Amino acid sequence: MNRMMTVMAALLTLTPPAVAQEAGQASMIDRAGWFENPSRLTQSGGQDVYEAICAACHMPEGEGASGAGDYPALAGNENLLMPDYAIYVILNGQKAMPPLGGVLDDTQIADVVNYIRTSFGNDFAEDPATPEHVADAR
Amino acid sequence: MTFNSDGISRRSLLSMIGAVAGAGAMYSAMSTMGLAQGSNYAGRLDLQGDVNGTRVLILGAGLAGMTAAYELRAAGYQVQVLEFREKAGGRCWTLRGGDRYTELGGDTQDVTFSEGNYLNPGPWRIPSDHYAVLDYCKRFGVKLEPFIQVNYNAYLHNTASFDGQPQRFKEISTDFRGHVAELLAKVVDQQALDADVTEADAQLLMDALKRYGALNDEMEYVTGEASSAYRGWAVPEGGGTTGRPEPSEVHPLSVILQSNLWRNLTAGDNLHMQSTIFQPVGGMDQIAQAFEREVGELITFQAKVTRIRHEGNTVTATWVPTDGGEEQTETADYCICTIPFSILGQIDHDFSPRMSGIIDSMYYASSFKCGLEFKRRFWEQDEHIYGGISYTNLPISLISYPSNDYFSDGPGVLLAAYSWGASSYQFNALPPADRIEAVLDYGSQIHPQYRDEFVSGVSVGWHKVPWVLGCYGIWKDRDADYMDATVMDGRTLMAGEHISYLPAWMEGAILSALDAVERLHVTVTES
Repeated sequence: MNRMMTVMAALLTLTPPAVAQEAGQASMIDRAGWFENPSRLTQSGGQDVYEAICAACHMPEGEGASGAGDYPALAGNENLLMPDYAIYVILNGQKAMPPLGGVLDDTQIADVVNYIRTSFGNDFAEDPATPEHVADAR
Repeated sequence: MTFNSDGISRRSLLSMIGAVAGAGAMYSAMSTMGLAQGSNYAGRLDLQGDVNGTRVLILGAGLAGMTAAYELRAAGYQVQVLEFREKAGGRCWTLRGGDRYTELGGDTQDVTFSEGNYLNPGPWRIPSDHYAVLDYCKRFGVKLEPFIQVNYNAYLHNTASFDGQPQRFKEISTDFRGHVAELLAKVVDQQALDADVTEADAQLLMDALKRYGALNDEMEYVTGEASSAYRGWAVPEGGGTTGRPEPSEVHPLSVILQSNLWRNLTAGDNLHMQSTIFQPVGGMDQIAQAFEREVGELITFQAKVTRIRHEGNTVTATWVPTDGGEEQTETADYCICTIPFSILGQIDHDFSPRMSGIIDSMYYASSFKCGLEFKRRFWEQDEHIYGGISYTNLPISLISYPSNDYFSDGPGVLLAAYSWGASSYQFNALPPADRIEAVLDYGSQIHPQYRDEFVSGVSVGWHKVPWVLGCYGIWKDRDADYMDATVMDGRTLMAGEHISYLPAWMEGAILSALDAVERLHVTVTES
């Protein structure tokens, strides 16, 4: 799935297409395991959690987005050097970023923090986040 | 309420009554005029005094910004408005055929709805106690029509009850009420409430419960004429040889309780949903366009504010045209800033540490809407649902049927999803085409006609809207921060839905702007 997303992101970068919302268009993302709880996300594993919530604003390849305000890129983001900052921001929010501690559990947060620290070209594998880290920061 | 039609503003009339006869008389007069409940709109502004050419810079041309522009210009101020978008209205916004919407990340949707069909991604209802919005609509000639909130023939749906089959609102509502009334009648009959209810009142309560719960003469809620007169018949009332109706079976109390369908019975009882409520004919942005007709000449569009500075007795905004071009500045004596805090926190500004802290602490709710166009109005033709809302525990949360163009043969648009929180986050994370697929999957569980009749759709996840980055402002600690956010900081006053106790409502945006305008005017004329 990730490779398909990469291809899509590349295509989007080249030629932002107008999405024709026609009937019968093939689905691109496997939604199995999505939308299972109205008040929490139920995906597990860093990549699945990322794609189900973070990717909406920080974009599938962590490139961020810019309008009247910005969603910062996670790719090459030095704030991810240590896990603590990302854990804090996910739990408590930061400016336009809403707090997500209510919809994600400690394991999901630890997993997704480790995912963004080691994806999109990031190489911050040292001192990985643990659910205990997250619980302590709540 | 009655609208002012005779020149003297209610605000000045009330001031006169207050001055002459005291606050008690004023409150009494306000009650008579219907102003003492609901919105705290106190009538049209009538700003007197010499403003000496004072310049006011307004940031944002949503309803708050345009309200401020309209009122300040009327009072003699020199007004300039800077707006990021190419059009006015902000979240008072409508998508219709021919519109193209590009969300953050670049996904672009071309709306192909038929003439007359639309989706209001933001506000879609105007409560009858939102007096300020209604008064501006009246003043600017925006035609309103009833918005159907409660429809007894719409559905309540829960995937885990009634085998996932949607149930008519009238059946669940009548059964819930009937059973509760019967239970309470039993308690009264057993004289278990003697400590709380006098004997005389107990008899009246029994009469009320019989009527309220559609109980029979034995004070039972059972299958029969009394209950069917509210919940509907198995064989409907008719004429001629087949006219005799057959009662429908009531559901047992336990079934109603365990269905969880009672959770949405009171949605239309909320203060802001109580009938009658309204929508503009043709889409919510008719209000935005009406304001723009009044103050459009004051607005510079496609202006991205990049810096706000206070120097001496002036305030200066630096901005860049979003379609390219040189950085520019606009200087004024005062500023009314309606930029959402989600954006303002990212702009280089010199607000006080206290104000900066409040700006940075406000986050914006996640909300998602999807509109689907269908070839025919099957909800009317097949299911006799005319306007109103079906509620479900599915991630789409509700389906709202159009409150206009009933019985037309042409295509119709449903609000096919309106989600918050965890569901909204996930819809936002899907590409637009996948969102439509998901909404079709879910909606088909309530209306099996979906797949056959689908034409096209458009969706808006508010966290991906480039000019607001969220749906509405949420305070981390409103009790502690709210009043400090209303204080003039340097030469700037904040306004918008976030500076109100009616967050996300257009009324909140307008009231906050009127309050800011009045306080700014006092500062100018009394200094």
